Amino acid sequence: MAQQPIRSTHRLKPVVSSKGTPMAQAAAVAKPPAPPRRRRASATPRRLPYLLIAPAALLMLGFIAYPVLSVFYYSLQHYNPTKPWRNGYAGFDNFVHAFTQDPQFWDTLLFSAKWVVVEVGLQLLFGLALALIVNQTFVGRGLGRALVFSPWAVSGVLTSAIWVLLYNSQTGITRYLADLGIGSYGTSWLSDTSTVFPAAVVADLWRGVPFFAILILADLQSVSKDLYEAAEVDGASRLKQFWHITLPHLKDAIVLSTLLRAVWEFNNVDLLYTLTNGGPAGVTTTLPLYVAKTSVNGHNFGYASALTTVAFVILLFFSIVYLRLSKFGGEK
Amino acid sequence: MITEIAPAPQRVVSEPARPRGGRRAWDEVPRWQIYLPLSVYLLFTLIPFYWILLFALRPAGSTSLVPWPMTLDHFEKVWTERSFGLYFQNSVLVGLATLVLTTVVALAGGYALARFDFRLKRGFMLALLCSQFVPGALLLVPLFQIFAELSMINSLGSVILAETVFQLPLSMILISGFIRNVPPSLEEAAWVDGCSRFAAFRIVVLPLLRPGLIAVGSFAFVHAWNHFLFALMFLSDQSKQTIPVGLNTLMNADSVDLGALAAGGIVAAVPVVIVFAFIQKWLITGFSAGAVKG
Repeated sequence: MAQQPIRSTHRLKPVVSSKGTPMAQAAAVAKPPAPPRRRRASATPRRLPYLLIAPAALLMLGFIAYPVLSVFYYSLQHYNPTKPWRNGYAGFDNFVHAFTQDPQFWDTLLFSAKWVVVEVGLQLLFGLALALIVNQTFVGRGLGRALVFSPWAVSGVLTSAIWVLLYNSQTGITRYLADLGIGSYGTSWLSDTSTVFPAAVVADLWRGVPFFAILILADLQSVSKDLYEAAEVDGASRLKQFWHITLPHLKDAIVLSTLLRAVWEFNNVDLLYTLTNGGPAGVTTTLPLYVAKTSVNGHNFGYASALTTVAFVILLFFSIVYLRLSKFGGEK
Repeated sequence: MITEIAPAPQRVVSEPARPRGGRRAWDEVPRWQIYLPLSVYLLFTLIPFYWILLFALRPAGSTSLVPWPMTLDHFEKVWTERSFGLYFQNSVLVGLATLVLTTVVALAGGYALARFDFRLKRGFMLALLCSQFVPGALLLVPLFQIFAELSMINSLGSVILAETVFQLPLSMILISGFIRNVPPSLEEAAWVDGCSRFAAFRIVVLPLLRPGLIAVGSFAFVHAWNHFLFALMFLSDQSKQTIPVGLNTLMNADSVDLGALAAGGIVAAVPVVIVFAFIQKWLITGFSAGAVKG
């Protein structure tokens, strides 16, 4: 398991060598011409690269690193501005409470996992299919691409606004479906615990599928046409060509975009916050949404920080997998 | 067997007509296998857009499925009564300031990463990648405390800073990739001709980066325009709020004014649609340059 990804990346290296990670490129670019450039660079102060990254580094230290550290600090504290008499060092109380006495923590964690798996899985499936379709040559391809990709840039809040209009019980699509004899009048998919999950999934799919379609389409552009011609000569069916040429070529892009998207879907709260606000009866509350509510409505910053720390650990696990698969540091 | 042989002559006949003969295998796909799924998916994509247009343009209380008679009342109402005119200004300000700040800071950092070897480079790259996994939503409380400390709560500056910071890592990775695609020899030639490093960068490299910078800047703008949580948390003063917050307020009202909500949604979408139409052609090429794989 630990060795597998690294070995496979080495095997794939010749295919992707023109792209690679920035680090890989850096290594490739920086190593051979280093001596002449060193001499050149000596004309400029050695501090220059540090001066250039300083603004970015300072901003990230102040507004990412420091907040992360303060979350770790508060996770070990009882800290609630509305209950100052309880504030103080808590040890691992907050974590113990989360894992043993807070069913909502487990519920929201489980829902997050379900949400991420279903969303990313379906987005990948539809995105791949869509990319393969719009990669064909056909009349109206440019317009087709522009239209199917168009929800990509729509915000979570706007997506919610649109789907609130569609799902509205009085004037939404259900009313017109009922007019046609499908379903019944007055159904509101967002306020019924049995329909809210698929309803929210569809709304997020609408916006999420183009992301995968765009990335996969970009990668499809670089498949060598000779491979298909050779396969054609050998009499391989289209399905076989897809399985043996297209899919292996897309593997890297799929792995990376899936992981990136999983992290993004896990973290993103815009859509569910505005579409369902975690309801009805809390059945669509993800862990980050629960954290936001605990800290903003409940003012329980200490406990919210502990939950955040748990979320970080989960994401860290994903990050490590991600870094391995993206060949980061794999060049030696 | 017979079915395999049968289409072959047809292919030979049709081939000269096609400009790109190299893609025979994929050109064979029957048209209906393209147009049928594409049409179904287009319905799924376009009905929601049509729905919001319909609600925005038809008079309140109408149940007609075509926006006729057409009215602009909802837009007027949302722009003035619901202060979307003001929110629009705030959103434009936040979007443009984030665009400029992100692009300038990421350009400096990206240049350092692309053209220099320095000791902290590897660690810095690692920090950039790891920051991709830090969710802004989970840092709301400490960020709120920081901005309170800096007396920046209720000022657009807090949202601009927060959006910029979370846009920076990816922008910098992308830009350093674009700079790496410019051969260093071009710059070195300018140095030999007596240009300073900065002048060489400005005259030689910057023009070549234009497509990349347009893509990165547009991302930053669209992201800041769309993002909701920072503005919701850091701007409690109603006159400072942005469009997504205004939309959320409309949605959470006791009785939702659907016409106003739809019109507000269209106001929110227009700038993004314009930017999107503008950058679409850079998108695919930008991604296929492989820069996003960082």
